[in-house]
This record gives sequence, C-alpha cells and structure tokens, in this order.
Amino acid sequence: MDYTILLLAIPFLMFLTIGLLGYKMTPKFSGLLGTAGLAVVTALAYYTAYRYFFTEFGQAAEGAWETNVMFNFTWLDLSNANRPDLMIKIGMLLDPISVMMLVVITTVSLMVHIYSMGYMHGEEGFQRYYAVLSLFTFAMLGLVVATNIFQMYIFWELVGVSSFLLISFYFTKPSAVRAAKKAFIVTRFADMFFLIGILILSYYTKTFDFQALTAVDTEAGHATLVFNTMGGKMFMGLSVTSIALLLIFLGGAGKSAMFPFHIWLPDAMEGPTPASALIHAATMVVAGVFLVARLFPVYFFEAPDVLTVIAYVGGFTSLFAAVIACTQTDIKRVLAFSTISQIAYMMVALGVSKYGGHDGLGFTASMWHLFTHAMFKATLFMAAGCIIHAVHSNEMDAMGGLRHYMKKTYLTFGLACFAIAGIFPLSGFFSKDEILVAAWEADKVLYWCQTFVAGLTAFYMFRLFFRIFFYEEPKYEHHTPHEAPANMWVPLCILSVYTVFSGWFPFSKWISSDLIGYDIHTHWPIALGSTAVALLGIGIAFALYYKKNNIPDRIANACNSFYTWASHRFYIDEVYLFITNKIIFGGICTAIAWFDRHVIDGFMDMLGWSTNTISEETKEIQSGSVQQYAWLFIMGVITITALALYL
Amino acid sequence: MNIPVEYFLVLSTLLFFIGVFGFIVRKNLIGILMSVELILNAVNINFVVFNRFLFPDKLEGYIYGLFVIVVAAAETAVAIAIIINVYRSMKNIDVNTIKELKN
Repeated sequence: MDYTILLLAIPFLMFLTIGLLGYKMTPKFSGLLGTAGLAVVTALAYYTAYRYFFTEFGQAAEGAWETNVMFNFTWLDLSNANRPDLMIKIGMLLDPISVMMLVVITTVSLMVHIYSMGYMHGEEGFQRYYAVLSLFTFAMLGLVVATNIFQMYIFWELVGVSSFLLISFYFTKPSAVRAAKKAFIVTRFADMFFLIGILILSYYTKTFDFQALTAVDTEAGHATLVFNTMGGKMFMGLSVTSIALLLIFLGGAGKSAMFPFHIWLPDAMEGPTPASALIHAATMVVAGVFLVARLFPVYFFEAPDVLTVIAYVGGFTSLFAAVIACTQTDIKRVLAFSTISQIAYMMVALGVSKYGGHDGLGFTASMWHLFTHAMFKATLFMAAGCIIHAVHSNEMDAMGGLRHYMKKTYLTFGLACFAIAGIFPLSGFFSKDEILVAAWEADKVLYWCQTFVAGLTAFYMFRLFFRIFFYEEPKYEHHTPHEAPANMWVPLCILSVYTVFSGWFPFSKWISSDLIGYDIHTHWPIALGSTAVALLGIGIAFALYYKKNNIPDRIANACNSFYTWASHRFYIDEVYLFITNKIIFGGICTAIAWFDRHVIDGFMDMLGWSTNTISEETKEIQSGSVQQYAWLFIMGVITITALALYL
Repeated sequence: MNIPVEYFLVLSTLLFFIGVFGFIVRKNLIGILMSVELILNAVNINFVVFNRFLFPDKLEGYIYGLFVIVVAAAETAVAIAIIINVYRSMKNIDVNTIKELKN
C-alpha cells in the first residue's frame, strides 16, 4: 500500500470534515477546503497516470500494460473449503481504463469544485453541497478502481446516493424532490438486476475478482474461468452466462440512462448545474459503459449475443434521445438528452467491438469518446450554468443574442459545440470517427444509424448555440446579462483546452481491449462522411435559428403529430406512470391489498373476535360469589362420584 | 342398647347435607361458619361410628375425631377473626357484598 490510498481517503475525509463540521465553518472556508483537498487528489491522479503510462510501473512484459493491484484488503470473508476465493475485498486496481477514469473524474470534479464557488455563492446549504460533492468523488473513484465486482457494486450504490442528494439539493422545491426520488428509484430498480447478475456470476465462478473473471485464453477463445464454470449451462433455453451478463448490463443501463431506463436523467437536471455537469454528464452516467468495458473480455468471449443486444440498445437510444433533444426548449434538458445520446454512442462502440489489437477498435473508441465527451459535455454544462446564472432561466425563450454580453461563455460553448458535432480538429471528431469506423466494420445498419445521429447531434447542439447566442434578443428587463465571475469562467477555459486537444492523445497506444497498444489512423472516407453530415446539421440549424424566423414553427406544424410526440419525449414517462399507477398500484396492488385487508386481516380478526367472545361468555363463572363456587364444586363432586359409581 | 349403624349414618348424612345446604343458601358469614361446623361434625360422627362398629379394638377413629375437633376450633377462631375484620372494613357480613379482595 502506498500513496494511492490517499486517492480514496482524502475525498472521504473531506466529506466527513465538511459534512460533520461544516456548520462551524464559513461557506467560503468549506468550499476552499473541499477544493484544496480535491486539488491534492487531482495532482495524485495525474502523478499516477504519469507513473502508469510513462514509467516502468505500468509496463508488463511483451509490451502490454500491467494490471497493478495497489492494495486489496478483505472486507467480508465468505470463503469456505468449497469456495476458497469468495470474499469481498476493497482494493485498488490500476489498469489503463481505471487510470484514465481517475484523470477524467478528478479533472472534472476539480473544475466543478472551483466553478461551484461562484455558481453556488450565497446558497443555503453551501457546506452540504461541498460535502456531498466530496462524497460523490470518493464513491466514483472507488467505483473505477474496484478490484472486484462487489466493491464496484458497493460504490455504485454510494454514487447513486450522492446523486440523489445532489438532485434534491433544493429540497424545498417539490419538482426537485420528485426528480431525486425518480432518479433513485429508477436506478435502484435497475441495480436490482445488476445484483442478481453478480449473484449468478459469483455462484458459478466462486469469485468476485475482476482479474480472475476477465482472464482470457486467446488461443482457445474463451474467458477461462467463466467458460470452465458456466460454459454450456442452460436455463430456460438461454445460456446462464448470457443471462448473468445481460442482467449486469441492465444495471449499467440504469446508471447510464439507456432506453428504457433513461427517464430519470432529464429530470435529474433539477439539481444544481455544476452537479449536473459532474454527475449527470461526465462521470456517473458513464459508469455503465465502464462496467461493460471492465467485463469486456467476458462479454466478448462468453456472451457475444449480449454484446449485440448492447449495440442495438445503444443504437436505438442514441437515435431516440437525439430526436427528443431537437424538440426540447429547456437548455439543460437538451444537454441531458444529448448526454443520453452520446453515452449510447459509447455503448454502440462497445457492442460492435471485437477483441485484440485493431479488432478492438470499438473498445478503444468507446473509452476515448468517454474521455472527450466528459470534457466537452462538462464544458457545455458549465457554460449553460453561466448562461442560467446570467438570465435566471432555463428556457430558450428567455435567451438570445447573448454573444454580446458573455464573450468567454460564447467562445467556450461554441468550441464544445464544434467538438460534440465532430468537427476537425476538435476532440469529438477523432473519437466519433473511431466509433463510426468500428460500427462500419461490424454492422452497416448501426453505422448508418450512428451517422444520422451525428447529423442530429450537430443540429440540436447548434440549434442551442444559435438560439442562445444569436437569434433575437428578448427584453432583458431587470438587468442586462453579464459575464460570470472568474471562478466560473476559468474552469470553463481549462476544460475547453481539453476539449480542443484531447483528440490528439495517442489513445490506442494506451487503451485497448487486450492491454496491448496498437496504431490507429483516421479513416478519411468515413471521417469526411460524418463531417459532411455534421456540417449539414449545422447548416440547417444556422438556417433555422441564426435569425428569428417562422420556419421552425412551420416545420413543427408540418409534422405536427410526430413533433408533439417527440417534444413529449414519446410519452415514455407517461407509459411508466401508467404502468406503475394503473397496472401495478391500481391493478395488482389493489388486489393484493384487498386480499391482505379481507383474507389475512379477516382471519386474524376472526381469531381475536372468537377469543374475545368466548371470554365474554365464560367470564361470568368468575363471579367472586363464594357460594356459587361451592355450589358448582358440590355438583362436580356429585357428578364425579356418580360417574365413578355407575360407570 | 344396640342402635344399628344405619341410624348413625343417616344422621351424619342428614347433618352433612344440612351443612351443605346452609353453606350454599345462608347469606350471613356467621351462618356459613356454623354450616361448616355442621359438616365437620357429620364427618366426625362417621369417624367415630366406623371405628366403633368396624374396628372396636382400635383407636384411630376416635383420635381423628379429636383432631378434627381441635382443628375446627382453631379454624373457627381464625374465621371469626376474619369475619370481624371484614365487618370492620365493610360494615357488613353479607356474603353477596363481599366480592372484591382488592381495595
């Protein structure tokens, strides 16, 4: 055990300190304390990344990346002679994807910490906010460095709790409370599948350990342990491995807001904007992607059918969310649907990926897109926060022409929009290009679908961009909008540096499905195709939203019913409400309640009633009248005597 | 003079049931106490009679009769003491009104 334990210990201590003693601190001090703690963690994470990728530390033999377990102590020992390895451990696993996640999480979290000093200034519960941010950072770091699937599950739930706490930060607002409950219940519901999946997997393999689970025999083409223990076992016509891995993916789908579990994410925007940037855009929602990536060899070798399901769920979700994003008017909701769509992109990349070398391009592309998306989406959210800060509204109608007032926000938001649209040479171009290449090599349908989504992405992002910064200025009656303070725009600028340059990192050298680096090249025909589609999207957005005109309304009217469906998010929330309220609560639960009230309660009531009645009837015997007792006694004696004599 | 044993037994049976009847119907505690004495005496007569007619050369029946008299005397003393206390606390010795041991 060395300094790496501090990566988890510092955020946790910050949470305890600010959470327990926060009421004694001034808000400013608690914010500075949290930020300082996180700055140390960030420095350590960068040092770890440096050490891993650039020194002996991360190099295994044969040019592959080492998987380092820094510490791994036993939390709960479930072993016996039959299953000697089954124990729940808490440890730290460093391999390329977890090191990359450390960098992503600490970077975005630090920026959010700094940004929140300005954004949350003067809010009630400032200390609480910082305490929960620290808790979230702790949980998220613990999740990505997990050495075993159960540790991941523990931190997975902790992440869910801190997400709940941050969404319900404005707990006096009923909508925020509702959104927090919705997010928690929906993700928890999905986590139930995750837990069942873990149980099935560990029942057969008798271990939770990732390294044991993902050990691969490439020549035989199997994930050794899983194949030996679960291979060929069937349940109801499906392979047990597929069932377990599908259930685990469903858990990931809940956190990553894949259809049909996506309903919680747009509502989660009720939380403070920087928290949305950190949790609901950059880090927590990619946990599902990370989970699939972590178990990727198992998925690939033992359950390729599940991987196909993942690819198609991702493809459908990305298209579905992108269409909805085009019709939303709340800028944070647009970004939320954009997030769903982009995460689905990563899922597609994982789903179409193969294993080893250049075949594992999808895996690399997925992690790369995760990195670049975290940076540009955090930028977009923070910029949106600046805008909301300036105009005090989330609605597009309250915005327009803001480029005159907020130069820095305008520039960074624009950069991030170009990045997410995938315009050369910004980061999104590279990662999205690799995803499309991987899709092209595996499945043409998904390729065309994702290319179309790339166009939609460009369209709705630039719709947002033009609508906010150009278009027609509304009347800013109370005050003119102004640029955000320095502690808000500085993190924005830092993140936009990543947004611009992270496409140039040699990701394929670092991250690959089999831990061996390889070379990739930009695939120009596909890149040009996607760029053309993106430019088309931008062009349409420009035509519709650069200046105020009535074309968008006319288009909306022309495809009236479809537009209504899309702007109501295809009524998925209503479907959920219908299922929960009408079918589950109204149908099944009413029947169960009737049964409980009448049959079960009735039986108990009958027992009580009969006992009571019998005692009412017989208590007269205990009259306290001595002579009555004597009378009964004598009659008894006579009866017994008579019986004794004549029987 | 030779009185048959049945006479004694009829007497003691009558005495016993008079006692039982008195025990059940009398409302006065003193009357109940007297009825109990009648029952005891009926039993005593049986002891003595059976000793006299069945085992004339033994003494156990007479001895038991004496015991019963002694015990009955002690019991009467205690019972009278209780009745006096009951009267003091309740101003009454009617058995129907004495139904509570509490208070």
